[in-house]
Amino acid sequence: MLSVKDLNVSYGAIHAIHDVSLDVNDGEIVSLIGANGAGKTTILHTITGLKKAQSGSVTYNDNDLLKTEPSKIITLGMAHVPEGRHIFPGMTVEENLEMGAYIRKDDLSSSMKEVYERFPRLKERRRQLAGTLSGGEQQMLAVGRALMSKPSILLMDEPSMGLSPLLVKEIFSIIKEVHKQGITVLLVEQNAKMALSISDRAYVLETGHISMSGAADELLNDEQVKKAYLGL
Amino acid sequence: MQLALFIQSVINGLNQGAIYALIALGYTMVYGIIRMINFAHGDFIMVGAYTLFYTIPLMISAGMPAWLAVIVAIAVCVIVGVTVEVVAYRPVRGQGSMTALITALAMSLFLENLAMVLFGANPKSVPAIFTLPTVNFLGATLQTKYLLTFGIGAVIMILLQLFVKKTKLGKAMRAVPQDKEASTLMGIHVNKIITTTFAIGSGLAAVAALMYCSTYPRCTTDMGSMMGLKAFIAAVLGGIGSIPGAMLGGLVVGLIEIFVKVYIAPGWYEAITYGLLIIVLLVKPSGILGKNVGEKV
Repeated sequence: MLSVKDLNVSYGAIHAIHDVSLDVNDGEIVSLIGANGAGKTTILHTITGLKKAQSGSVTYNDNDLLKTEPSKIITLGMAHVPEGRHIFPGMTVEENLEMGAYIRKDDLSSSMKEVYERFPRLKERRRQLAGTLSGGEQQMLAVGRALMSKPSILLMDEPSMGLSPLLVKEIFSIIKEVHKQGITVLLVEQNAKMALSISDRAYVLETGHISMSGAADELLNDEQVKKAYLGL
Repeated sequence: MQLALFIQSVINGLNQGAIYALIALGYTMVYGIIRMINFAHGDFIMVGAYTLFYTIPLMISAGMPAWLAVIVAIAVCVIVGVTVEVVAYRPVRGQGSMTALITALAMSLFLENLAMVLFGANPKSVPAIFTLPTVNFLGATLQTKYLLTFGIGAVIMILLQLFVKKTKLGKAMRAVPQDKEASTLMGIHVNKIITTTFAIGSGLAAVAALMYCSTYPRCTTDMGSMMGLKAFIAAVLGGIGSIPGAMLGGLVVGLIEIFVKVYIAPGWYEAITYGLLIIVLLVKPSGILGKNVGEKV
């Protein structure tokens, strides 16, 4: 279980995250929705150690993530698919997948096969430099790379960003499939409708604090959420 | 006779070039990973050369081959290189490239002056490292030790290329400069990779010192900055950040140096090397084999 308690994060004088608390239970899909600049990415970055917290606590299965060396966090079973994919553009697709399994010492061939089965396009392009892939393919690669570490929880930051509606659907169906295999998902999205439609629970983030939380289908029918985030 | 001179020049040029290439690799690997010119890198060769000066007699008196001293030199250079990285460069990382550049220049001056205090200002003569015969080849007198040093250089470069392309650590070394955040998320300890890069670069400097001392058996405290400058030119000419570029650049600079000395006039080789550098940078600013990587938005 991932648990964030009373988290505060600042960028210099700007207090970006105010007393945010959220939980992700094993086996859930939880989404964190909110407008641009609300602090969603900052929260994910703080969880995986890319950003230092000011106060509060972040634990995953009783490990204190704020005290964990950032490069060790993946060894706890937490994989982060960052906003904007962040694939290694000058490495081949296959090398990117190998980097995803950097912490593993066992044989990668079966994981590699699984990723290629899930994303046949990546197999076709496995010797190609990742920087030459289309946006959708890069997103697939970013997800595939994260899966190579055999995570128990996947943190996904704006997976739908910059993708066509068709690809957005595809990426969300991939998230559902990944979840079916037993991987817990914390999803950060601006596309609130899509995110809520596949989630168990959700938190609404507004200028750095949680303004609402609850079951995803309840939020989907909430008048305030409808107005502010679903454009209805 | 003409042919003999030509062959001799090619061999000498390749020998010289292999030395520059090994040094250039140190510049290019560090630049490739943290986008910083390590001006103290040339001085690591000086450290290696003085280590050889002090350890070769020990090796000989112990009845071992003189070149084994390079193992000690590699160890000393790696320790110095890693210490410079951890103590001087790491604290200023993220403070801007100008700060890093000035820190590197300061480290270069510090090492040179420290060497002068420790070893004295007088040049030291390094004992012969390889005692190999000369052979006659098409009328040219060839020093087989030149072939040997060139061979060592070539093998190291091939191994390095394989290391970077095929091993996990080598791939991590390529991943870090492409995306530090993503590398961290993959479980790559970025600072450890940077330190490893410095260790490899400094180790190569020790090998370069061995090759240099077997050709010119003399060490001075400022030898590193002179050679470092030429090797830096080689790295930029070949395309800084590119490993094959550093090798090519090193060989080009070495060959030009020898050929100009033999066929034009000894004093002209620097003017011609720098002239070529200017032309290459005008035509292809990223260097011969350098890739123009656009800034990511």
